[in-house]
Amino acid sequence: MNPMSRPFLKLLLPAATGALVLALWYAIHFFLSEDRRFLLPPPDAVLAALRDNAPFLARAALNTSQGALIGFGLAVVVSFALSLLLSLSPLVRASLYPYLMALQLTPLPILAPICVIWAGAGLASVSLLTFAIAFFPLVVNTTQGLISTDRNLVELFRLYGAGQWQQLFILRVPAALPYFFTGLRIAATLAPIGAVVADMNAGSSAGDGGGLGFQAIIYSSQARYPALFATAAVTCVLGFVFNAVVLAVAWLALHHWHDSYERTDK
Amino acid sequence: MPASPLVEFCDVTKRFGDGPIVLDRVSLAAQEGDFVSLIGPSGCGKSTVLRLLAGLSPLTAGTIAIDGMAPDAAAAELAFVCLEPTLLPWLTVAHNVEVPQKLRGVPAVERSATRRHVLELVRLAEKADAYPRQLSGGQKMRVSIARALALAPKILLLDEPFGALDEMTREHLNEELLAIREKEAWTAFFVTHSVAEAVFLSNRVFVLSSHPGRIQREIAVPLPYPRTEETRLSPAYHELVANVSRVLRSVETAAA
Repeated sequence: MNPMSRPFLKLLLPAATGALVLALWYAIHFFLSEDRRFLLPPPDAVLAALRDNAPFLARAALNTSQGALIGFGLAVVVSFALSLLLSLSPLVRASLYPYLMALQLTPLPILAPICVIWAGAGLASVSLLTFAIAFFPLVVNTTQGLISTDRNLVELFRLYGAGQWQQLFILRVPAALPYFFTGLRIAATLAPIGAVVADMNAGSSAGDGGGLGFQAIIYSSQARYPALFATAAVTCVLGFVFNAVVLAVAWLALHHWHDSYERTDK
Repeated sequence: MPASPLVEFCDVTKRFGDGPIVLDRVSLAAQEGDFVSLIGPSGCGKSTVLRLLAGLSPLTAGTIAIDGMAPDAAAAELAFVCLEPTLLPWLTVAHNVEVPQKLRGVPAVERSATRRHVLELVRLAEKADAYPRQLSGGQKMRVSIARALALAPKILLLDEPFGALDEMTREHLNEELLAIREKEAWTAFFVTHSVAEAVFLSNRVFVLSSHPGRIQREIAVPLPYPRTEETRLSPAYHELVANVSRVLRSVETAAA
């Protein structure tokens, strides 16, 4: 293949896929009998709904982002501290892991009402639930990273008389970064979804505090389907933004040295 | 010759748990400035000798004295270079070289002076800002040696440092190692599988037998330093290589 054509293809092919999806979307819409076309509103109707509902959707997106960010941030901080604890010994892991699993295995819609009893409906509950769903992959990955340090390097540090803290922060934590970022990427996918589902189950519209989940419930109950599709689109964009930011941070932290990134210098 | 040796092993025995005896009553003494090579079949415990010296593993019986101290107490006088370069991949060459001093709380100004000096020694000054993955295998090993030298050790422990490199690179690094030693006086304990390497570098070669590891023979290498490429062409060198090979072979057949 002509190497010059690669960057071009990298733009062209996704665009072509997009065009194909749009065409298919329209085709299905017009293929449906007229009384059933509401099932799949055409892209232009979704765009129009997006425009008409922009103020509501923007406010909802802002509220959801807030809950997602707080929950996500909380998950990063708590999971880091917990991972340090878990990395201490297999005994600590054996005593704590089952209970962390239990938290992860409880479905969010069941956790939500419990959370509401404790923290009330609204931002606090949404943040807490987002935290609950985002923190497990972070804990598992970061802990795995902390305990997977190259044995030769650990020995080298011992030989140089490194203290426990030096070993932790000069060796183990940096070595665990690629694992941490793997967890972070999963968490970044889960956090916006978690925030939306939490909003549906534990959100509150009081004081314009409703998020995208709430907005989706409203549109669906009013049978405003193009607006419902528009809400879905906004949720997707939110997820993309979360992932893009995390990918960018991971790139900044790792691309110089980690083998998962191509070498750009040679 | 000074009366008291720098490193002395007295009837050192080592076994891991209830396992077989790895080292059986090993006794040896090295004077300051010695370049000691340990050679022997796999499983003869030659790497264990270095690990015991470094205090990475406790003795089962016997004593080791380094400058009159036990290995744990003498850690500050030792530096270790092993088969893997064991560089921290997220740090540049410069920062890697500074790690040992950083761990000992040496101030930054002093660290960077040392770093410049040791990177000069291994001729990698221009790679200071590179990351390990941008280096070749030989370059990584030179950084690893520079890092060890940053502590200005009295004793350098080298565990097959060039074992993973190709023949040409290995010979170059052997010459470089000796050239560095001309400038920085340290005593070396060098573990290798290569007879040629052992003879080229050392003034004393110990041949070990396996299961359990015992010192079978000490062979003196009276070739004068500095040794260069020319040394490899001399008949005396070839004779010594043949001699050590013969001893090594007899040890291996005895074990088989």
